[in-house]
Amino acid sequence: MAEPVLAADGTPLKASLKRALRRQKMRALLLIAPLLLFIMLTFIIPIGQMLFRSIENQIVSDTIPRTVAALDSWDHDADEVPPAPVFEALAKDMMIAAELKEHTRLGSRLNYEMSGISSLFRKSGRRVDDIGEVYTDQFTDLDPAWEDPATWVQLLAAPSWIAAGDAWDGSGAEPAFEISNDATTQFPETADIYADFARVIQTEDNDSPTEEEPWNVVYLALYNDLMANPGATAPAELAGLIDTTRSALPGFEVEDVKASFEDIDDDWISADVWETIYTYSPAYTNGYFLNAIDLQKTPDGIEWQPENEQIYLTLFWRTMLMSLTITFSCILLGYPVAWMLANLPSRKANLLMILVLLPFWTSLLVRTSAWKVLLQNQGVINDLLVWFGFVADDNRLALINNATGTIIAMTHILLPFMILPLYSVMQTIPPSYLRAAKSLGATNWTAFWRVYFPQSVPGIGAGSILVFILAIGYYITPEIVGGTKGVFISNRIAYHISSSLNWGLAAALGAILLAIVLALYWAYDRIVGIDNVKLGG
Amino acid sequence: MPILGGNGLSATKSDNAFVEFERVQKSYDGENLVVKDLNLSMPKGEFLTMLGPSGSGKTTCLMMLAGFETATHGEIRLDGVSINNIPPHKRGIGMVFQNYALFPHMTVAENLSFPLEVRKIGKSERDEKVMRALGMVQMQDFAGRRPAQLSGGQQQRIALARALVFEPELVLMDEPLGALDKQLRETLQFEITNLAHELGITVVYVTHDQTEALTMSDRVAVFDDGRIQQLAPPDELYEAPQNSFVAQFIGENNTLEGVVQEIRGDSCIVKLDNGDIIDAQPVNVSQVGERTKVSIRPERVEFDKTRLSPDAHTLKAEVLEFIYMGDIFRTRLRVAGNDNFIIKTRNAPDQVRLTPGSQIEIGWLARDCRALDA
Repeated sequence: MAEPVLAADGTPLKASLKRALRRQKMRALLLIAPLLLFIMLTFIIPIGQMLFRSIENQIVSDTIPRTVAALDSWDHDADEVPPAPVFEALAKDMMIAAELKEHTRLGSRLNYEMSGISSLFRKSGRRVDDIGEVYTDQFTDLDPAWEDPATWVQLLAAPSWIAAGDAWDGSGAEPAFEISNDATTQFPETADIYADFARVIQTEDNDSPTEEEPWNVVYLALYNDLMANPGATAPAELAGLIDTTRSALPGFEVEDVKASFEDIDDDWISADVWETIYTYSPAYTNGYFLNAIDLQKTPDGIEWQPENEQIYLTLFWRTMLMSLTITFSCILLGYPVAWMLANLPSRKANLLMILVLLPFWTSLLVRTSAWKVLLQNQGVINDLLVWFGFVADDNRLALINNATGTIIAMTHILLPFMILPLYSVMQTIPPSYLRAAKSLGATNWTAFWRVYFPQSVPGIGAGSILVFILAIGYYITPEIVGGTKGVFISNRIAYHISSSLNWGLAAALGAILLAIVLALYWAYDRIVGIDNVKLGG
Repeated sequence: MPILGGNGLSATKSDNAFVEFERVQKSYDGENLVVKDLNLSMPKGEFLTMLGPSGSGKTTCLMMLAGFETATHGEIRLDGVSINNIPPHKRGIGMVFQNYALFPHMTVAENLSFPLEVRKIGKSERDEKVMRALGMVQMQDFAGRRPAQLSGGQQQRIALARALVFEPELVLMDEPLGALDKQLRETLQFEITNLAHELGITVVYVTHDQTEALTMSDRVAVFDDGRIQQLAPPDELYEAPQNSFVAQFIGENNTLEGVVQEIRGDSCIVKLDNGDIIDAQPVNVSQVGERTKVSIRPERVEFDKTRLSPDAHTLKAEVLEFIYMGDIFRTRLRVAGNDNFIIKTRNAPDQVRLTPGSQIEIGWLARDCRALDA
């Protein structure tokens, strides 16, 4: 073990050096700080959030928490509809969600997994407030006091909240409702749903629980509590009311909540619906990713999507294949141009360079639209081919709204990204190498292939990475000239972002695309070496 | 006095010529001639240097010989065969480039193997030749290295080995030592000439460094303005320049201007512009009254009267500066109105050190003072 080298003052040299360099590093960091901050705020964080959506699934457990909890005890392998408590929990969750208008969002979310759920939820949301009405009627028939919101407040509200409500001068918002501890222990189910009721009344309706008659499901909950816990005690003022009610309970008509849901829609007694809800109840899911590669999550495990719904693997494959084709076309077309640019006298080279850069001065949309004009069935190219007699008039080439159109237009658009790195690499290859090779006896072709070409490979590499990565995520051009057969995965992502609003799936598709690009980049680095990529001299 | 290559016109086609340029002209733009009427003939085994200032046409000549430029007019022959229409790769000429042009993506051995591969030589023979060529330049241990891992001198050796590995009879070198430091340059100059003579190859060497040209070559062709100004062995070039350009370009030279007053066989009398009279050898002056530049080498100027012939003309001179340079003394004088008249004397124990401000008389042997074109 060698002794660490010491600086003149006796401290280890490494530490001294680090200290000396720290200022320099800090200064460098400060210089890039504005850009870093900008990128972080506008790019990295939003993208990270977006990608997070590909696994995030809290909407189910947030919107119907009681149902999700109740489903835990359900034997989903039995292929049966869950037991009654699940339906009661669903009634409460649905009631709250309907009041908050969140049930449609959950419906859309689950609709991605099973079509029809969206309308089921919408329909149920409209009619869920009828569930439990049987109990409401019987409670109020028994004693009109049950109709009075004050009775409920007295039974369930914390004394501190009542005091605060009395002290409240009516300006601003009413103090947030608090449930009493006694109620939570004596009437747990009622307390639980009433607390949510009070919250919804206060926040959504801007009203007070002291003035609103509870929802029907609250009566249902109280019925359940009184039945389950005959010894429950109430505040002294209500003891009489509770006692009379309790004694009347056995004679009450009972509502079958499951039947009520069946009444709203038969789909509620389909095991498939419940299996879907159960499968997607965890807060995080790999379901979006599975969907993105044409798989689906079922209670029996992961399965392929039905054949007619498998599109994403094909799309990924097509995106890769077409991007490769475009990259190769760019190499084939760009290499000779770059060679010419690098070997012409600088005056002519500059003029030619302007021609190469010319497309950058025109909007991408305009260029793509121009291709539409050129390539269409009655377009310039077809007209010319017919005029020259290469194709028959009734057999014009389909050059647009298919893969051919996308490849032609994108090759043209991405060509400068191939030519520029190639040119800058070729510029650094002195002509004397070719001369040396020829003087050593190599033919023009051998000199090019064995001496010039290997040295231009870094340019091809840089251009290919650039073109391929740009192509794989391209959106506008395939959208305009691609039709259905020539669209890329990015078009599907855009569709999910802006039309179907299935952001989770869009995020999963995007994440896979990102992973593919990074994997290719990694492979390229291993095979060619990223150090060999040159964008300039 | 025999004239070997006066004004680029006297080279004659001879039977033993290996490389020949005959009335070669070259123009890039169709308006100016870069090479004007070049005639050159060199025998097998000769080491010939093309020397000249930049833009004098020497590199163009080399490129025409290599086949990278085509002659606008005239014929270039190699071993009696016209090569004007033979592409470079079929000429079989080895070439060493100014920046070495070693292929950076190949190892040293692969670089050397390249010319053998394109000649479809078998692997074992190839390896043997590569090692032999590396041996010639003492670089056997570097076969596996990349050019970028070598120093400039090592790269130069490899470039040389590569130009020799396919055993060409003619090797062209385009300022191969230009990028190296002085000491390395001198070592390599020596190595290159030795190698060339050992292998018996014919070498055409281009440089703008006159020392290099003088020390390495059998003959030197001095280029200027697209013509060979003089083609001669180094000693003759230095001691008997044929015109004032060559006299100025090769070595240090004192020039005095005047008019020819009298010509007597192999000596003449020149009247300088300030009226002084000097003796000179007429080189390319032919008649009395002609203007001339006379050229005297600094080391041939004598200021010790006892060593001059009694009837020699002398000039008055004023010492302006004395520079001690170790092996020699360099003294600057004012002679006949020229403030830059230099004399060089050897640092010998009895040598006089002239003091600035003193007046002396100088003279020279008539044969050392050449009356050239004005």
